[in-house]
Amino acid sequence: MDATLLRVRNLSVTYPSDTGDFRAVRNVSFSVGRERLGIVGESGSGKSTTGRAIMGLVRHPARVASDEMMLGDTDLRRLSERGFRRLRGKRIAMVLQDPKYSLDPVMQVGQQIAETHRTHLSSSRAAAKQAALEMLEAVHIRDPERVYHMYPHQVSGGMGQRIMIAMMLIAGPELLIADEPTSALDVTVQSQVLSIMDELVRGRGMGLILISHNLHLVSSFCDRVLVMYAGQVVEVCAASRLGEAQHPYTRGLLAALPELGRRRAELPQLQRDPAWMEDIATPLETPALGVGP
Amino acid sequence: MSIVLEHVTVSYGRGAKRFDAARNVSLAVAQGEAYGLVGESGSGKSTVLRAVAGLIPHAEGRVALAGQTMGKARTTAQRKTVQMVFQDPYGSLHPSQTVDQILSMPIAIHKLGNADRRVAAALDEVGLGPAHRFRYPHQLSGGQRQRIAIARALILEPRILLLDEPTSALDVSVQAEILNLLSRLRREHGLTMLMVSHDLAVIAHLCERIAVMNRGEIVETTTAEALAAGDVRNPYTQQLLRSNKGFDASGGELDLLDAVPIR
Amino acid sequence: MAMRAWLLDPAPASRRQARLGGWFRAWLAFRRNTLGMVGLAIVLLLLAVAAFAPLIADPASALTQTLENRLQPATWAHPFGTDELGRDILVRVMFGARITLTIVVLVSLIVVPIGLAIGLPAGYFGGWIDAALMRVTDIFLAFPRLVLALAFAAALGPGIENAVIAIALTAWPPYARLARAETMTRRRSEFIQAAELQGASHLRIISTQIVPLCMPSVIIRLTLDMAGIILTAAGLGFLGLGAQPPSPEWGAMVSTGREVLLDQWWVATIPGLAIFVTSLGFNLLGDGLRDVSSGRG
Repeated sequence: MDATLLRVRNLSVTYPSDTGDFRAVRNVSFSVGRERLGIVGESGSGKSTTGRAIMGLVRHPARVASDEMMLGDTDLRRLSERGFRRLRGKRIAMVLQDPKYSLDPVMQVGQQIAETHRTHLSSSRAAAKQAALEMLEAVHIRDPERVYHMYPHQVSGGMGQRIMIAMMLIAGPELLIADEPTSALDVTVQSQVLSIMDELVRGRGMGLILISHNLHLVSSFCDRVLVMYAGQVVEVCAASRLGEAQHPYTRGLLAALPELGRRRAELPQLQRDPAWMEDIATPLETPALGVGP
Repeated sequence: MSIVLEHVTVSYGRGAKRFDAARNVSLAVAQGEAYGLVGESGSGKSTVLRAVAGLIPHAEGRVALAGQTMGKARTTAQRKTVQMVFQDPYGSLHPSQTVDQILSMPIAIHKLGNADRRVAAALDEVGLGPAHRFRYPHQLSGGQRQRIAIARALILEPRILLLDEPTSALDVSVQAEILNLLSRLRREHGLTMLMVSHDLAVIAHLCERIAVMNRGEIVETTTAEALAAGDVRNPYTQQLLRSNKGFDASGGELDLLDAVPIR
Repeated sequence: MAMRAWLLDPAPASRRQARLGGWFRAWLAFRRNTLGMVGLAIVLLLLAVAAFAPLIADPASALTQTLENRLQPATWAHPFGTDELGRDILVRVMFGARITLTIVVLVSLIVVPIGLAIGLPAGYFGGWIDAALMRVTDIFLAFPRLVLALAFAAALGPGIENAVIAIALTAWPPYARLARAETMTRRRSEFIQAAELQGASHLRIISTQIVPLCMPSVIIRLTLDMAGIILTAAGLGFLGLGAQPPSPEWGAMVSTGREVLLDQWWVATIPGLAIFVTSLGFNLLGDGLRDVSSGRG
């Protein structure tokens, strides 16, 4: 029980519209401990909405409902916007896809990191700057003093993402949600950013939820994988055992990926079974793994 | 119809501010072949593609299609021989034109006639039907938009098809459909294809010969088989191959970090 | 309703059906914007009054002077009272709507084509063409509207036509800039590149690809500008440079009502209110259109 950082049961997010309610997330349940959990799905699967619902970022008129949503001892269902604001950054943090849009363009990046520190830990300016510089070093930026004073437009994609990670982790949260953190980056830079995330998450005993459309990435980086389709979790398994997946959607997705070395005249196309859209009778639930390997 | 590039260079700016998007690129694609250009952002692969397409009038060097050297301005007849499918299915279709209008324009420009029949045939060939004909792009899914882009490229019956990351913006399941469609169309029409991507697996799936680009230059020319076997010489290509395999927990990547890369 | 279903059909069978369906969806979105609907109602009222004025009242009565009747407050016979020459104010306001509408329409018809003709090539071709056209635009932008109108009146004599020309000459520069900005934004779009690749001429690209994308901002800008145009026209009328007496132009009416403002307030205030409400209506309509347009992306 202690090892569980986040527990979610029967989470549903519904968007009302002129043509009837749209259920973006349906009966999603999972727990996260000090491990790397991957949530994989295509566009429209509800994976990003799930992450945002946990952070309290799903706004009216969408409705969020769940039987249970606990971050440690805190009941996320009962939190007001102010409550969530105290939580975000301090206990649970989110890294998004494109640092260009997440960083304030008119403020030096170092100052933005320091500001996060001051907000959550009420530190002095000097202490916050020191902490920011240390954080920049922790994300393997070699000249932290110089980068501190740079503006977001002067910084490349991979470095911007490292700065985001620094900013999000500086207040010491327990759980990090990364929503497509490397999708906008070049392939070689992706590896670097993932290595840094890996190092920090392990070193601090944090939990990580990695949301991505990239099956390959998630299966090589995470410990456990959740596959989502049309708002529901259709498969749960250990990342290393993804090849033995049961659900036809997962198997279809794996088969449809082109593979270096396996030249096929035609890629097997995913045949969507309308039965997959129906509500699953007993939603899959996954207990957290213990302390990470 | 073959493609020949000799010492193609595309640069922007002058003097100290000169930036070479592509430098001294030479390659040859045989008739009916599928050739891949692989690289990351800033490698110049898209620039090379656009130079072949005739979208960069100030490109230096020689571009020859079927032995005929292309001048700075392309004639209408020359335009008919090479067409391109762009990366972003959301940006390559005019947002306030119906599919019918989008597909009719090239027919009107080249005065091919029989517009109605051609448009219907083009839609049919990419697996779409009359139900999609009068929709606007925002009413179509990403995969459907890319099919329209392919239909538009093929409606002029080009001999050469250029592909700029055609599936990067698509979901995995849709990507498979589009790749299959491209394979089939290539076979049926005997197209010569030049494709650009950052995804090694996608390129190796469609192309036989592959050139790896880095910072505007071709650093290695290889084949899909060699890539699969890991039989590559250039360290950059090896790095690409490694990154393509997914995350490697040994942490070797951290040693490769540059100091302060500034754009 | 069958018509509604036909318009909202997700798989239209003809170009016309697709276009009408698009307009209908836009209308549905606009309908949800309350203030925009209020603005639309006011503008429609203006149009209706202008169109049907001769049917509601005798045109001559707008000009008939009945000096015994002068400066009467609101009565059943004259709901808005009478002015200093005994003319019914309500009738004059209604016919004044025609003049206002004429000015607004004429200015729009001049300003939009000129603005597009200058802004589109500037944004599309760039370089020295852009520089030259924008300097021309700057020159016209430097003229204050009323001063130019005074100059025109001095040179050519006062009157509606000259007022319209004066307003139009100073109102077109923002549209050129708007068209230029939109064109520069879209210039590098992939669908434009695709059109070039197909061999489309510059003219074809500008007219079929870029103009449709500029029009929404231009129309919204125009609607919001209407208020300014109306006020400028009223200002010119106030100074005696617009429509000449006895024409029931609203600005001129406010001007002549100044003398009796303290005792017979309605003579100046009613036409002033008409100017205000009409400007407000156009503003609200423009705001509503802009909300819908940006909402739909």
